[in-house]
Amino acid sequence: MDREPIIDARGIIKRYYIGQPNELEILHGIDIKVYPGEFVAIVGASGSGKSTLMNIIGVLDKPTEGQYYLDGVDVGESDDSELSNIRNQKIGFVFQTYNLISRQSALKNVELPMLYGGMGSRARTRRAKELMAMVGMEERMHHNPDELSGGQKQRVAIARAMGNDPAIILADEPTGALDTKTGRMVMDIFHKLNEEHGKTIVLITHSPSLAEETQRILTLSDGMIIGEREGRGHANI
Amino acid sequence: MLIFENILLALNGLRANKTRSLLTMLGIIIGIASVITIMTVGESMTASLTSEMSSMGATNVTIGVSMKESAYMTDESGRSFNSGPHRTEMTDDDYIDADMLKSLQTYFGDKIENIQKTASVGSGTVQYGGKTSAVNVSGVNNDTLEAAELTMKAGKLFTDRDQESAKKIAIVSDYMLNEVYGADVNDVEEYLGKQISVVMNNKFYHYTIVGIYEYDESNETYSFESTTSTSLYIPLITGFNELHTRERYNEVTVATVAGINLDDFMVEIEDYLNEVYYRNNDNFEVNCYSLSSMLESMTEMMSTISVAISVIAGISLLVGGIGVMNIMLVSIQERTREIGTRKALGATNSSIRMQFIVESIVLCIVGGVIGIIIGLIAGSIAAQKLAEVDATAPINGIILSVGFSVAIGVFFGYYPANKAAKMNPIDALRYE
Repeated sequence: MDREPIIDARGIIKRYYIGQPNELEILHGIDIKVYPGEFVAIVGASGSGKSTLMNIIGVLDKPTEGQYYLDGVDVGESDDSELSNIRNQKIGFVFQTYNLISRQSALKNVELPMLYGGMGSRARTRRAKELMAMVGMEERMHHNPDELSGGQKQRVAIARAMGNDPAIILADEPTGALDTKTGRMVMDIFHKLNEEHGKTIVLITHSPSLAEETQRILTLSDGMIIGEREGRGHANI
Repeated sequence: MLIFENILLALNGLRANKTRSLLTMLGIIIGIASVITIMTVGESMTASLTSEMSSMGATNVTIGVSMKESAYMTDESGRSFNSGPHRTEMTDDDYIDADMLKSLQTYFGDKIENIQKTASVGSGTVQYGGKTSAVNVSGVNNDTLEAAELTMKAGKLFTDRDQESAKKIAIVSDYMLNEVYGADVNDVEEYLGKQISVVMNNKFYHYTIVGIYEYDESNETYSFESTTSTSLYIPLITGFNELHTRERYNEVTVATVAGINLDDFMVEIEDYLNEVYYRNNDNFEVNCYSLSSMLESMTEMMSTISVAISVIAGISLLVGGIGVMNIMLVSIQERTREIGTRKALGATNSSIRMQFIVESIVLCIVGGVIGIIIGLIAGSIAAQKLAEVDATAPINGIILSVGFSVAIGVFFGYYPANKAAKMNPIDALRYE
């Protein structure tokens, strides 16, 4: 491909307890390139280093060694507040456990990234309402998260991830806590974001069948990428 | 913008955890409420004393006989005792007498408007046909009567002749006439010239009524007795005759000419009387005081009480602040995942810190405002019940309390907020 990769990780090594007798190396030198508009799955069993890799891709954590360029920016050189800004502007997180803030309405939850991004209150509310409509939640946007079902919560979380129109959506087991039917609905939203909105999506999962829906599958095992192949894609499920 | 959102969020949190928030705020509520209570009482009493001073007696000096300090001796261990043959009971020679007052008038004539003299005869009851009414019998000169500003319903005040010849006459209240004779308080003319019997110390005293004044409840000093006791005035010398003593006072009130320096004048009177009349008196001397000096000593007393209350309030606020810090730490622990999520969504450390400091400040301000309201209510009740004055809100105290609440919020909220701000987002997100 001739385009610049949006995620460009080179030789990522992550160690814990550095210098202590129980020093532990979780990632042993990982290279990943993801290009704009791609829908990529990272699969692996638990303990394979998936979460650690996701934290590094999501700029929640820094690699011990190696370079990570996100949309051309060397993340290793950034300080805490720059990292906050990168997370805010370039990444939309979707978690397995939704992580909605329970004391605020669904709409306020969707507004959060825009609030931290400094958007004015009126523009924020307008965009949040549009996003809620996009995920089909406009009817229940004034409800608190406790009043929503799992699938509804995850749709709110996806709307929230889209708040600042980020370059990447990073989804960590987004259907892990959902039944097949609602999981299907959530996956359809991801496909829509990828196909209609051109979002780059990185899906982290242990489910081979979900991974097959994506365009490219990276298999992680014991802190190494042990395989890379094309998925069947949305059209061929 | 973010601050406004944070305030809304904090208020939401308060509403969601009502009991917990209230218990947390209790220390602050108690602290602020006690400060505002005492300040309300103090402010009210000062305000009423000041207005009283300007309305009456601002230029009055009271001369009183009191024991000499040198009459007390202190031994090495600090115990005080009465040395030698000294007396604590006043004898005839120790009182202020007519001579002294006459010479005072001669000596300071240009500064003295008049001297109000009173002989307190005692309390007794007016009796007639099985009905009684309590009275305080006082022998008074005309200056005292005028200063009392009675509203006369019938008759007149004493004449100079009445005073000189020590007639057995009295000025009584309409209230007493109503109680004893069932008089219509609006038509008391017929009681002028009537003879009344007063029982004091198991003896009968008889007076002819020459004047009737309107009893005004608010002018009487508050009494814990259920029966109302009204004043019955008789001529000054008549009073001393009833007491079987010559003219003597342990206290007289001197009305001064307007525009003189009261403090200086009081010193002059003390120096003069003590030099001339009490020099060889081992036990007693005269002292002067005025309403303004009373006001001063009251302000002093109030500030002493204020210091004591402030210490208690300070401790209460400290404990309250620690309570706030404690609940903030608990709340941050409970909301670890929320903090992680916020950080993942792009919240900077400083915006997390601000969120929790604002929450702590809101908690303290709400507590402070509740405390101010409780303090104002308690203070005005206390001012009315204890001092019978209208409550005045201590504006400075209120502003200070709100400021103090904010300070407590910042001070005790900073550590927990900083702890939240410095949380590692990965650990926070993984927290169960």
